[in-house]
Amino acid sequence: MATLIDTPNIDDRDGFYQDLLAAHGGLDESQSHALNARLVLILANHIGNQQVLGEALDLAKNTGPA
Amino acid sequence: MPYTYQEFAYNTPPALRGEPDGPHQVAIIGAGPIGLAMAIDLAQRGVASVLLDDNNVVSVGSRAICWAKRSLEILDRLGVGERMVEKGVTWKLGRLYRGDAEVYNFDLLPEAGHQMPAFINLQQYYVEEYLIERCRQFPDLIDLRFKNKLEDLSQTGDGVRARFETPDGPYELEASYLIACDGANSTVRKSMGLEFAGTLFEERFLITDIVMKADFPSERRFWFEPPFHAGQSALLHKQPDDVYRIDLQLGWDADPEEERKPENVIPRIERMVGDRPFEIDWVSVYTFQCRRLERFVHDRVLFVGDSAHIVSPFGARGGNGGIQDLDNLGWKLAAVLDGSAGPQLLQSYDSERTYGADENILNSSRSTNFMSPKPGAESLFREAVLDLAAKAPFARLMVNSGRLSVPCVLDGSALNSADTSDLPAVSRPGASLPDAPLDGGWLLNRLGPDFTLLILNAEPRRVEGAQTVCVTADETMAERFLGAAEQAFYLVRPDQHVAARWTTFDAGAVAAALRKAKGF
Repeated sequence: MATLIDTPNIDDRDGFYQDLLAAHGGLDESQSHALNARLVLILANHIGNQQVLGEALDLAKNTGPA
Repeated sequence: MPYTYQEFAYNTPPALRGEPDGPHQVAIIGAGPIGLAMAIDLAQRGVASVLLDDNNVVSVGSRAICWAKRSLEILDRLGVGERMVEKGVTWKLGRLYRGDAEVYNFDLLPEAGHQMPAFINLQQYYVEEYLIERCRQFPDLIDLRFKNKLEDLSQTGDGVRARFETPDGPYELEASYLIACDGANSTVRKSMGLEFAGTLFEERFLITDIVMKADFPSERRFWFEPPFHAGQSALLHKQPDDVYRIDLQLGWDADPEEERKPENVIPRIERMVGDRPFEIDWVSVYTFQCRRLERFVHDRVLFVGDSAHIVSPFGARGGNGGIQDLDNLGWKLAAVLDGSAGPQLLQSYDSERTYGADENILNSSRSTNFMSPKPGAESLFREAVLDLAAKAPFARLMVNSGRLSVPCVLDGSALNSADTSDLPAVSRPGASLPDAPLDGGWLLNRLGPDFTLLILNAEPRRVEGAQTVCVTADETMAERFLGAAEQAFYLVRPDQHVAARWTTFDAGAVAAALRKAKGF
């Protein structure tokens, strides 16, 4: 069964991070939220595995400020 | 008015004429579609019932209009299915719009080889009229009493005693079982003090029937944020007699009394239908609720349909869920009454139909969340789905304007025997048997009123307690019942659900599965 990859998995991670910020360039906060929401749905569909998505949701919920 | 409401005669009940009255086997409270169909199902099994209603006309307003394929199959078994299809508007295509642009459309019955269509739209008053006429064909088995209003009831250990108010005064009646088919505001449920737990969604919809000459196609149309109803949702359904059902989202702040007034309804409809002349036939404002009783079986009182569970609309899961309830209960109660099964069989009605209700509540709650998102994240993701739907196919299927009623598959039911073979999933134990063309007719019509052993591509067998139907499978049947197998044996319950299936015949296994399916 597939599990969430939480070890480094993008070769050019700095490049991706830059692309992500660039995608948000010039957007106001609500536009940024909307972009992120679309991105989440697109990536979730690409992953397509309920188990992996569940683990991703858990990881997101269990990180960040308490 | 497109429909003429006929008043049904009230007759003085026997007790108030000084004549004996019962004890009855079954009393059914509520002569709506569920109560009427319940009485017919029992009558077809030879069980007499007295069916009591506080009113004396059929449903005022179209109310439940969408009848799903499975309901039509059940109602066909009860003798009114074909008539409903003949009168109803058949449809299978749903079209979704955002603004005035179509987002996508879905076909609810993409495959051929079924007698019944995916859906018909037919006003509840017609369904009740047909069912009442059908009831009248069982004068010795169905005692239909209008203007008999339930006042209270008590359990007596081996039955129920109920008190009714009539134009001639009150009387009491005893029955071995009482079936509550008295709807969302069930008097039975209230008088027993049972909790009806669930969720109220903070949303209101205006629902209206208009009479209008228009050439709209026979399909379901749903709009998110239509140009004619800014920022809200709208639904359009075509019914017989040039009647159209329009549902308009109003939000939680709307005042139901104000919104019902013609001077407020008419401009809303005009914005939608343009300059076509129309008349308003019926208006209502409703809120979304998903609730159910914890148990549907309370000793000798059995809850069926909306008295047991209610869901938000848009999935057509209310009326169609109720039809599946009575289909499930009829044969079980008949078997308990004639002693061929123990009372424990009724517990399987509870477990199977609470399971079905939960499935309907789950689906309708999800649809409601999508249609009526709260501010913040819910609205953010709803917008994201609708934005993406214009370009990305995956997002189109996430758009949720109602997940329309499909037959409940009773996976995991205690009445099912283990699935022993590698046969198609569509006809697995718990599923309602898929229909298929057969000898110029239909497979479902060949099933018996009791248990049936369906034998495909094998020599006839005799089994105790089930009639047998032998068929040679054509391509459609092979796809639905055989898969890669050469032959198969399906044990089908009286409600047409599969109890067990095999690829080889074993009389002992069939007998064991039959006992299990009867709750032993």
